[in-house]
Amino acid sequence: MGRTTVRLIQYALTLLVGLFMVVPVVMSILAGVTQNFFVGLKSGLTLHWVGEVWRLYSETIALSMLIAICCVALTLAIGVPCAYVLAKRPGRIARAVEEVLTLPVAIPGLALALALIITWGGFRDFRTSWAFILVGHVLYTLPFMTRSVLSVLAASEMRDLEEGAASLGAGFWTRLVTVVLPNAKGGILAGALMVLTLSVGEFNLTWMLHTPETKTLPVGLADSYASMRLEIASAYTLVFFVMIVPLLVAMQAMSRTRRRAAHPEEEPLPCAPTPQPSN
Amino acid sequence: MRADATTIELNRCGKTFADGTRALEPLDLTVAAGETVVLLGPSGCGKTTLLRLIAGLEAPDAGGRVRFNGEDVTGLPIERRAVGMVFQSYALFPNMSVRENIAYGLRVRKLDKGEIAARTREMLEMMQIGQLAERRVHQLSGGQRQRVALARAIAVRPRVLLLDEPLAALDAVLRDRLRVEIDALLRRLAITAVYVTHDQAEAMMLGDRIVVMSAGQVEQAGTPREIYRNPATPFVADFVGTVSRIATAAGVVLLRPEDIRLCEVAAGRAAATVETLHFLGGRCQVGLIGGDGARLIADAPPDTPLKPGARVGIAWDDAAPLRLPLMEAAQ
Repeated sequence: MGRTTVRLIQYALTLLVGLFMVVPVVMSILAGVTQNFFVGLKSGLTLHWVGEVWRLYSETIALSMLIAICCVALTLAIGVPCAYVLAKRPGRIARAVEEVLTLPVAIPGLALALALIITWGGFRDFRTSWAFILVGHVLYTLPFMTRSVLSVLAASEMRDLEEGAASLGAGFWTRLVTVVLPNAKGGILAGALMVLTLSVGEFNLTWMLHTPETKTLPVGLADSYASMRLEIASAYTLVFFVMIVPLLVAMQAMSRTRRRAAHPEEEPLPCAPTPQPSN
Repeated sequence: MRADATTIELNRCGKTFADGTRALEPLDLTVAAGETVVLLGPSGCGKTTLLRLIAGLEAPDAGGRVRFNGEDVTGLPIERRAVGMVFQSYALFPNMSVRENIAYGLRVRKLDKGEIAARTREMLEMMQIGQLAERRVHQLSGGQRQRVALARAIAVRPRVLLLDEPLAALDAVLRDRLRVEIDALLRRLAITAVYVTHDQAEAMMLGDRIVVMSAGQVEQAGTPREIYRNPATPFVADFVGTVSRIATAAGVVLLRPEDIRLCEVAAGRAAATVETLHFLGGRCQVGLIGGDGARLIADAPPDTPLKPGARVGIAWDDAAPLRLPLMEAAQ
């Protein structure tokens, strides 16, 4: 088989796999803007279903955004100091705390939710408020924030930077505000975007924790899939895409700039010609 | 801009880390006002730990005391010791420009704006980096970073200047040049300085005194000349310079390469066979194998007619051999 043939097969395979993943997405989006999906595109395109979704589910969208933003605020407030302490104390206890923090990622969301309900379900007002869902989201997303910030803070350069600032007379708070946080910005932003994305899309936990009064977007989505006509469910999916895709793109862009910042191009140093091996 | 020079005194300063590792045996050390002391030793010998104790980045084990001009600073963290420190990694702040890096310590001290600007400008000029003032750290070469780190450390007019292998990350040519510059700078500031390195040439050039360390202990402290000519221990003799051990009827003689004279076999006090010849420009380094199989290193003139395999005699002046106190005691 010639090299060209092999290459053609490779292209074809890649294309097939790509189509396999992209076609359902396109179909779903199309379904959301088609008058009647069973008749097909010839029935015409419309934004009517998106309007319907807005009418029926705008509250779930607003609640999702509210929870996500609060979740980011809380994970920042808890996760950043936590990561700082963990980075400063390289002992066995610190590693154990790190493991415990990561645990919610390994436990199924349903089990986590059940534990929350068993423990706090008795507090009626709390159980029926959106704060209950928020607590679940914070538990689940905190490790992502802590990890992301910790990876920046634990780098040896960060220790040097902080010691450098201290050697110039800066006390703890000055160091934190002028040197540590600005140079950990990449990790903090990446963590915040990750938490935002995870919170907006979280279903497992939320499905257990929600009440009819506290539905988030993904729960509403499941609801619409089960009980609404296909076009509405698809239009709802479209709304979800529009919210989540920019977040994902921003996250990718961030990780690219961080990689570049980590390996800035150095001015090449003058180097000697390579010596020839002698016999 | 001469700072009021400070004396550093360490009493019984040892360091054991939390995991039980003994990094430094309790030791005493005094650095006189305006003196440059170089801590020299292989990696892991405790020299950086000692520097960090002086800086206030580590606390000595119980009983240890650090004093600046008699004032006990043992309990003070680094930010209250008024030291200037240059790190091996430079530790320049990537979120600030060169100018902001240099001004950082002055801003922290809340000097007024005019004063900060004036002193930052003075530093930029002194280190000849004025044209880099607005650059970011990642836009600088290694040598430029080094200058910024020095400027930043001395801008605050510290009581003592501490340098942790500041040239280790640079290539050889740049290292040689900056070594000369740092030497001139330290003389000009007349500041008390402690300089850590594993490079003996750097230590010889910069140190008023060298403290040779090994395995957490001080092997010897003295002027570069004393350390080189009168090493106190075999470790110092080997670590600072090259030494050849020649067996004679009267015992083992220790010789520096420049003290070995190669001559006719009959005229020598011992004999050896030439194994290698390396032309180094101003001289030839001759590797020899002595009668007892020991390897010797000698200097020869650059145009020496010797060839590998030749038998030569080895001669030396009576005053030339190194006298190690421990070896004399053993003999």
